[in-house]
Amino acid sequence: MTSLIDMLGDEMAGRAERFLGFARRRLTGDFTVDSFGFDAELTENVLLPALRPLYRNWFRVEVRGIDNVPADGAALIVANHSGTVPVDSLMTQLAVHDEHPASRHLRALGATLVFQLPVVSDLARKSGSTLACNEDVEKLLAGGELVGVWPEGFKGVGKPYSERYQLQRFGRGGFVAAALRSGAPIVPCSIVGAEEIYPMIANADFLARLLRLPYIPITPTFPWLGPAGLVPLPSKWIIEFGEPIETENYGDGAADDPMVVFDLTDRVRDTIQQTLHTLVEERGNPFI
Amino acid sequence: MSRVMVVGVARYLGARLARLLSEDPKVDRVIGVDVLPPPSADLGAIDFVEADITTSAINKAIARSRPDVVVHMNILATRADAGGRVPQKEINVIGTMQLLAACQRSDTVRKLVVKSSTAVYGASPSAPALFAEDMAQNAMARSGYEKDASEVEAYVRGFTRRRPDVDVTILRFVNVLGPAIRTVLSEYFVLPVVPVVFGRDPRFQLVHEEDCLDALKLATVESRPGIFNVAGDGFLVLSQALARAGRLPMPLPTLGSPIVRGLMRRAGIADMDSVQTRFLTHGRGVDTSRMREQLMFVPRFSTVDAFDAFVEARARGGILDRERVAAVDQVLRSVCGLDGRQAGLDVIE
Repeated sequence: MTSLIDMLGDEMAGRAERFLGFARRRLTGDFTVDSFGFDAELTENVLLPALRPLYRNWFRVEVRGIDNVPADGAALIVANHSGTVPVDSLMTQLAVHDEHPASRHLRALGATLVFQLPVVSDLARKSGSTLACNEDVEKLLAGGELVGVWPEGFKGVGKPYSERYQLQRFGRGGFVAAALRSGAPIVPCSIVGAEEIYPMIANADFLARLLRLPYIPITPTFPWLGPAGLVPLPSKWIIEFGEPIETENYGDGAADDPMVVFDLTDRVRDTIQQTLHTLVEERGNPFI
Repeated sequence: MSRVMVVGVARYLGARLARLLSEDPKVDRVIGVDVLPPPSADLGAIDFVEADITTSAINKAIARSRPDVVVHMNILATRADAGGRVPQKEINVIGTMQLLAACQRSDTVRKLVVKSSTAVYGASPSAPALFAEDMAQNAMARSGYEKDASEVEAYVRGFTRRRPDVDVTILRFVNVLGPAIRTVLSEYFVLPVVPVVFGRDPRFQLVHEEDCLDALKLATVESRPGIFNVAGDGFLVLSQALARAGRLPMPLPTLGSPIVRGLMRRAGIADMDSVQTRFLTHGRGVDTSRMREQLMFVPRFSTVDAFDAFVEARARGGILDRERVAAVDQVLRSVCGLDGRQAGLDVIE
């Protein structure tokens, strides 16, 4: 008897096999999540593949300096934040996973708002994100994880298009203190391209306050084109990972010394700002 | 050699702990206190004293039976257990105050063990992934049982200051589950179709009922003063738990609406209050390193083990039961001609 498999060939058989196994593990709950809610199997098989077309074909992300991301052990990737909708953190996650030889998972830190929203909060935890608070960062770093932080927060994502590629304040330097405490290196990361995906020309401030959101963007396409306005513009992206900044040699108590924390914060910020200027110039036209 | 008083002996865990202690050679005498005698008459060698802990009757009971160790197990998690929110609060807060007042008076009590809950940390979107024991003070938004548990602990801390000679152990348990115990969570998971919050998949930890009893016994028999989170290893997310129990989820915008609560009540499930619905929306995680290092307690069952033990005893035969899924999987495999391959691969490996 010829079965379906003989007609489809070995590659399809393997695929069917993997799919059935995956489906059965999902339906019987036979998988594990870590203490932050990270579901590695779901992330690798569903969440990252869903983002890949956007990464490869739409934004045509070019990654530089991936060797600066350590192959194992804890490290803190610090990046600029932009684009109205925080797509840049998703693309960085994908860049680290797909381009790094060790296929590491980047554990992104999110604002409280992320964990307040239904669906978003669920997907964030499943894909390895957690709340940006000291306890969680230090736990992740102590566990040897690769942690990603976007210290500008909403000030960065929600800034008008006219201020593109100008870094906002880097929070209160909490990320630097966390890195100092755990001795993890800081990898500055500069992302070019996210600024153009939803160019924010105005903010529906009144409505935002009514809905208790940090901002409601008005872009050339949103809300004018309705749901079509939600499609990001196809800008060309470059993500560059800079040289790691070691934090091991600062000694005990450095994390509680505001001067050390401020200096280090400024150093990281300046590195990213300068790289951004260079990259923007190199890229030329944002959409080609 | 000691005399142990178990307060809250009429309920499942209290009765089991009293029995367990009465069989321990290090314990001479077990005195059980509650408003009603335990339902199953086999108390073994336990002396039952009928006393209402919300009154000074508990003082008389302690003065008369002169215990060395008092185990406080009378903090009720659900209003249904107490017959409403008002009596629940009365029993939890006033009961604890009366009990502590009596212990403070007593010249025999040298150890107090309190069965508390990780509900003291609350459940909110701005919570850290793992709560350590010293993070309860700045936890958010408390109401109902969460507030009771926090107030109870505050009174216990006051007691610790006033009687520094008494060893005090507070055990904060995550949800207890297993083959026999009945809790809001166990009744929730036996519903054929389980209401869940749309777009949320809360993480949680469990402790098996046997581990819960072992931890309480350890704290009673040994000297381990302090506050400890107690949980089995690992985590479950709600969707995963439902899959393991073969239950279908029914996503709803919220579990807090009166309609949903009414439906759940009518379906026979214990009345859920905002504390439980918030837990089933945001979930919670606690750090158990202190349990291992200082309490020196190693749970026998992981979170998944505890849940599976519960499913095996109480929740088999759901619509998506493991065996049905396995059967469908088998059929699909044979249709695709894959059934021989799995075995072949295994041999190679």
